[in-house]
Amino acid sequence: MSKAEILAAIQRNKPVDVELPAPFVPGPADKQDFRESFSGMVNQIGGQVLSVENWAAIETYVHQHFRSDERIVTTIEGLKPAFENVDPTADPHDLADVSLAILPGHFGVAENAAVWLSDGQLGIRVLPFICQHLVIVLKQDSLLANMHEAYDRIGKDRQGFGVFIAGPSKTADIEQSLVIGAHGARSLLVFLLK
Amino acid sequence: MSKPEKDHAALSDVFTRDTDRVDWHDETLWWIRAKRDNAAHQLPEWELLREQASQIKENVLSRLDSYLLEFEVQAEKNGIILHWAKDAATHNQIVYDILQRKGLKHMVKSKSMLTEECHLNEFLEEKGVEVIDSDLGERIVQLAKEPPSHIVLPCIHKKKEEIGEIFSQHLGTPAGISDPKILTETARNHLRQVFLTRKVALTGVNFAVAETGEFVVCTNEGNADMGAHLSEVHIAAMGIEKIIPKRKHLGVFLRLLTRSATGQPITTYSSHYAKPRAGQEMHLILVDNGRSAQLGRADFRNSLKCIRCGACMNTCPVYRRSGGHSYHTAIAGPIGSILAPNLDMEKYADLPFASTLCGSCSNVCPVKIDIHNQLYKWRQVIVKAGYVDSKKVAAMKLMSFTLSNTARFVMAGKAGRMVLKYAPFAVNNSQNVWYKQREMPEPPEMSFRAWYKKHGNNE
Repeated sequence: MSKAEILAAIQRNKPVDVELPAPFVPGPADKQDFRESFSGMVNQIGGQVLSVENWAAIETYVHQHFRSDERIVTTIEGLKPAFENVDPTADPHDLADVSLAILPGHFGVAENAAVWLSDGQLGIRVLPFICQHLVIVLKQDSLLANMHEAYDRIGKDRQGFGVFIAGPSKTADIEQSLVIGAHGARSLLVFLLK
Repeated sequence: MSKPEKDHAALSDVFTRDTDRVDWHDETLWWIRAKRDNAAHQLPEWELLREQASQIKENVLSRLDSYLLEFEVQAEKNGIILHWAKDAATHNQIVYDILQRKGLKHMVKSKSMLTEECHLNEFLEEKGVEVIDSDLGERIVQLAKEPPSHIVLPCIHKKKEEIGEIFSQHLGTPAGISDPKILTETARNHLRQVFLTRKVALTGVNFAVAETGEFVVCTNEGNADMGAHLSEVHIAAMGIEKIIPKRKHLGVFLRLLTRSATGQPITTYSSHYAKPRAGQEMHLILVDNGRSAQLGRADFRNSLKCIRCGACMNTCPVYRRSGGHSYHTAIAGPIGSILAPNLDMEKYADLPFASTLCGSCSNVCPVKIDIHNQLYKWRQVIVKAGYVDSKKVAAMKLMSFTLSNTARFVMAGKAGRMVLKYAPFAVNNSQNVWYKQREMPEPPEMSFRAWYKKHGNNE
């Protein structure tokens, strides 16, 4: 009954029909290589970017920066032999003690450092939020200029869940002092892979 | 309709008693406004984006019914269970029914101004359901038993020492701790246990896409996602005006939202929920609660374009110096002052007057709502409807009587100068609201008219 009442009220009260505006055309990007602007933006929001040649370099970095008794999980084919693999059918609560998650991103956005991840790559949706630290691996040629290009790239993809992640979780709710590590990951490192 | 216990002026008196705090509040919010400017100026196409967003919303309002129906079809295809709520009571009952059916009595909630508007927490608590707010700022005000004072920065009115005190009382931190890092870490650990143990999570909605049946939730903390992805039941609540036609329009709105709100290029997390995960239930409640009525008020309908960024609050000279609680409504500041009278004109009759009409709110609004014009128009509607204090009506009538006649105006000017000069005690007292926190001016020797007569002809 609520539905019929709401729709009737809208039909009674709505203004005359207005067309959608023509699609937005963003200003031209000043360059085609967005590595520098993307990295600068990631740093600005509390994350870090490293360029690497291959999977082995990522593996080495992780072993150097995390203890062997810490739980490190991944959904990336190239890293599966080196780290624990995520079982997509497992209970999400089982991930509560994950120290580091290494996940693949579809693409990164230069204007705001956002990286797009979706169901297929996440394994379990809560993973990039519940882990203490997050590593996202991006192909270096997958960087886009802005959010308009980002949604062009996503297109009509009917994923069940997708998320733009820009930097580590943070809050400034206490007197506007920025604190990194609110409820999600305490750090974000993006590897740009050749 | 009901009268408020205290109006904006009376509630501001409470806030302005502590002048140091007022200055601090004012400067903090102005700093956020400055960050917004900085972020906006970095995009050459900023003004075009605002115009685009405004026009998209124009289209949405004119086809709201068909977009909602399109959204319903797509969302249900995705496996989302859709509910329609014509008012706050219906919305609250829908949430409670879902909890009851599942036998759940503990819920975690991320930021949703809509549930503040509907007073969901109070409703559920009366029914014996525990609700824990998981946004840090909202958790702080919840523990302090206060409403949020700002839609984006819920505890912007609180000092870190006061927050330390609250944490020491409720979360067991040692007394005297006020370091934001330590307090945030404490909240992180406390709320992590909440996320891991709650079976139902409620989130707000920033945008819902008619074309795809998905909805988008934006947070910096990650609390909405922690709650939703660990829950068996995810309930999302949204006002019907949050709908946008196409997914690609998110590109426009996400570029504007956080730059306008805090000066960030985007929130840390912009989560797109389309389908429940295997074994999970996902509900979405579409709430009207006065929005369809506002749609029918031609002068005020475009207030429904609001994307809840809070930029108008951060820039408002009245909000910055009176605090969010002085607005006695869920959404404070300029936008709250044009939304609230639609819900209850008598109760919120004071709010459109809590403004200088300077227009700064309209200048920063990312969807170009003419907020200050609407504040002015609401004043006229409210006076005509008879919801204005009789003293103000009398003063206005006297003013109009005086200003509309030259002789009376000249007389009044003379009288005013005489009083200020020879009987200042007649105006320098608590009966005169203009004397509060101000000295009355030195009276000039003569009026401008007299001065001009004397000097105007012999340059």
